[in-house]
Amino acid sequence: MSKVYDLTVIGSGPAGLSAAIYASRYNLKTLVLGMNQGGTITDAHKVCNYPGLPEISGPVLGEKMKEHAEKYGAEVKMGLVEDIEKEEGNFSLVTNLDEKYFSKKIILATGTKRRKLGLDGEDEFMGSGVSYCATCDGKFFEDKIVGVVGGANSAATAALYLADIAEKVYIIYRRDKLRAVDAWKKEIDKKDNIELIFNANVVDLLGGDSLEQVKLDNGESIDLQGLFIEIGSVPKTDLAKDLGVKLKNEYIDVDSKQRTNLDSIWAAGDITTNSNKFKQAITASAEGAIAANDIHKKIKSSN
Amino acid sequence: MTKKVTDQNFKEEVLEAENYVLVDFWAGWCSPCKMLGPVIDKMAEEYDEEDLKVRKMNVDENEKTPAQYNVSGIPTILLFKDGEVVHKMVGFKPFKEFKAEVDKKLKEN
Repeated sequence: MSKVYDLTVIGSGPAGLSAAIYASRYNLKTLVLGMNQGGTITDAHKVCNYPGLPEISGPVLGEKMKEHAEKYGAEVKMGLVEDIEKEEGNFSLVTNLDEKYFSKKIILATGTKRRKLGLDGEDEFMGSGVSYCATCDGKFFEDKIVGVVGGANSAATAALYLADIAEKVYIIYRRDKLRAVDAWKKEIDKKDNIELIFNANVVDLLGGDSLEQVKLDNGESIDLQGLFIEIGSVPKTDLAKDLGVKLKNEYIDVDSKQRTNLDSIWAAGDITTNSNKFKQAITASAEGAIAANDIHKKIKSSN
Repeated sequence: MTKKVTDQNFKEEVLEAENYVLVDFWAGWCSPCKMLGPVIDKMAEEYDEEDLKVRKMNVDENEKTPAQYNVSGIPTILLFKDGEVVHKMVGFKPFKEFKAEVDKKLKEN
């Protein structure tokens, strides 16, 4: 039988990489399998609330976390885990590229994916106007008119990023005021080219080969070339469901030690019911650290 | 590693090619593009160049071609045949799904 890891973390965002940092410093043989080093934080052009790093770009923070985990011995690999089975007391994990790994314990830290508007044409206009990543696609909208749908922190930071590139940015939000923190609201107030539209939902996407106009449920229409969807996220629980991990309102139900209902499987980060579902890098990191600590104790006590 | 294509050699490498050419428009600052990277590399490995050529174009270093094909979200993957776009994909897809979609188009055209 090939190498057996003490711990395999599925997901390489702040939760997964923090777990790997702690686990490798506990001397556990640790593997991280993920598709995006840094996870959701890589969507943020600026992160200003991670202690010790007053201002850092999301992708750079992700890269630093990965390097940190590797420095202490964790192996961080690209891989999309598709299947997990129990084999002779260990887990076998198979990726989409048919690579196979064995592990004693698992942390599920697969995070979330973007919520879509659910409108006709949304998929067709993706890459021709509709985007879920301002930092990826912002540059294609230089001197153009764009909209951002949503009003929380991710929408606010996307709008600020786009305001420096686009001619005009509309923030379209269903509530009567932004939910983003005051620091971002102040930045938005300073921008002449951001216009807020409250109490409105996008109900129609119109255009030919690319997006040209959106219709709102308040009767207005806005001509624009780009629409960035920032309306939150939904947990990626396919693997958890396959394994029989208990969910609560779509999130993985964990206890204060990040344990799931199943033996040898922990969960950490945006995918769990913990940390008041705050979905921050720092809370995800904390959950990863707590899980790694509990796994270390379990392995030590069984030896 | 997948070979690069640029604004300068796009015509010769892609448009004048006698076979199918898959072009991945990407950039270093785009996380879904990074996720797709290994999928594109595996596609390049998987096919004989005579059946399907796989190329990557960095949209930071090359601005003409992405604009010409109205690329406004990355990763965008275009499948070319005889100088024409026969299929467009946007965003990350796992390898098996990605390959199945390309194979279907190769058979159709």
